[in-house]
Amino acid sequence: MSIFAAKFRHYWSLTKPSQSGLLLATGLAGYMSARCPVFNIGTILSLSASLFLAIAGSTVLNMWWDRDIDAKMVRTKKRATSKGLVDENEVLRAGLILSVIGVGWAVAMDALYGLIVFAGLFFDVLIYSIWLKRRTAWSIVWGGISGAMPILAGRALGLGAIDWIGVTLALGILFWIPTHTLTFSMKFAKDYADACVPTFPSTYGLTVTRATIAISSLLAAVAMVVAGYGIGMTWGFLRLLGVLSTGLLMLAVTITFNPSERVNFSLFKYASIYMLAAMILVVLEVV
Amino acid sequence: MKLTSSDRVLLLFTALLASYQVAVGMDGFSALPIIAYTIGFGVLLIAALLIFILGFDVLDSPVVVIVSTVIPLALSLGLVWQHLASYRTSYLLFTIIGFLAVAWTRSIQMQNKLPVIILAITHGIAGMTIFLLPIILSIQGGMKPLFSLVGVGGALIGIGGLLLSFLKTGKPILSRGTIMRLFPILLLVTTALFVAGFQYG
Repeated sequence: MSIFAAKFRHYWSLTKPSQSGLLLATGLAGYMSARCPVFNIGTILSLSASLFLAIAGSTVLNMWWDRDIDAKMVRTKKRATSKGLVDENEVLRAGLILSVIGVGWAVAMDALYGLIVFAGLFFDVLIYSIWLKRRTAWSIVWGGISGAMPILAGRALGLGAIDWIGVTLALGILFWIPTHTLTFSMKFAKDYADACVPTFPSTYGLTVTRATIAISSLLAAVAMVVAGYGIGMTWGFLRLLGVLSTGLLMLAVTITFNPSERVNFSLFKYASIYMLAAMILVVLEVV
Repeated sequence: MKLTSSDRVLLLFTALLASYQVAVGMDGFSALPIIAYTIGFGVLLIAALLIFILGFDVLDSPVVVIVSTVIPLALSLGLVWQHLASYRTSYLLFTIIGFLAVAWTRSIQMQNKLPVIILAITHGIAGMTIFLLPIILSIQGGMKPLFSLVGVGGALIGIGGLLLSFLKTGKPILSRGTIMRLFPILLLVTTALFVAGFQYG
């Protein structure tokens, strides 16, 4: 039993539960933003399960692919794949099984929804991780596009089509992701250098990276507010979204003109809180 | 000094209460009070989140003095605009000039006591407005009795501001540790009083 529990812990950690949970939250928020009958428990559970399995599957596959560079980085060398705590072929099989079940379930629910979930997985594993991550700092754009797929998929499932609001919500996530990942790549610049993974800070320098963070934060905030307006958020909720967006922008401006490790860290953390809060607002608006 | 778990819980509730006030606590108000209260509670919300993320060290930033001026100025402007119609324009001017003066005197090096005087006048007038106006309105029957809670909240945030200001000037009334232990409670109680006062007053 303890062996099984230990193995489960290892695999659970490989799914990056916090990150997968946040992406799942965006998917649920996207679905609810369509103002379809959101209290259909069967659909909600199927959406949650299929999306979580697909996200977890792609994350496990990324871990499997990146196990060599993860082992070179202080931040990731304790991962189960880097430390050899799990068999690498078994990890590959687990990632594939989770992905196939997740995408298959999604396709069975709705073809368009399934296609978008598959696109997210395809962009994340094949384009971002396998093809571009070790070649160019611009790989994060594709990582961002894959991260934007759950919210688009959720809304497409609720609506039965892709509309401008879904695209704007996806853009909000797409522009938010650099705020998150670029602050991360600045904080762990040495790790990425040790693993020979090109990042914005190592390729274009800190000034350009900080300016990119500021611009992407501005675009993310604008996209979320526009999407909120499109969804039909009340003025009160839009005000609150505006306040939270202002906080994000202020930190982004601060990191550009008065950079420090502390501001960098606070922007990284605040960006997560911002996105979670934005998703909660979308859900509360409908509920 | 590190944040404890209870500090984090208190700050989270502060952020939630401030969020509530921004989102649904000002329905029916006119445009300027909505803007003013949104700025005031918005700063409270962002401040609570930043302390939650970065810990008490964030209070050592020189920007804190400028940002913390926004809260009493914005809240008092909203109150004056709603309840003292004849003072609207003059108080709006005071708010703008007061904020710019604090920002200016805190942004450049000054050897004289002008920054302290400006800060004391601005905080003093705004603080007394938040403290006295709701209480007077409640006593006179212009508002419901519970509106006076806004005044109590104003007094508490004034105490918090004083404790921090004296700490920053190197002449603390209480030790830094005590102030930091009290700060999350003070922030939550203040925000709760403001929200309750506006809701039930």
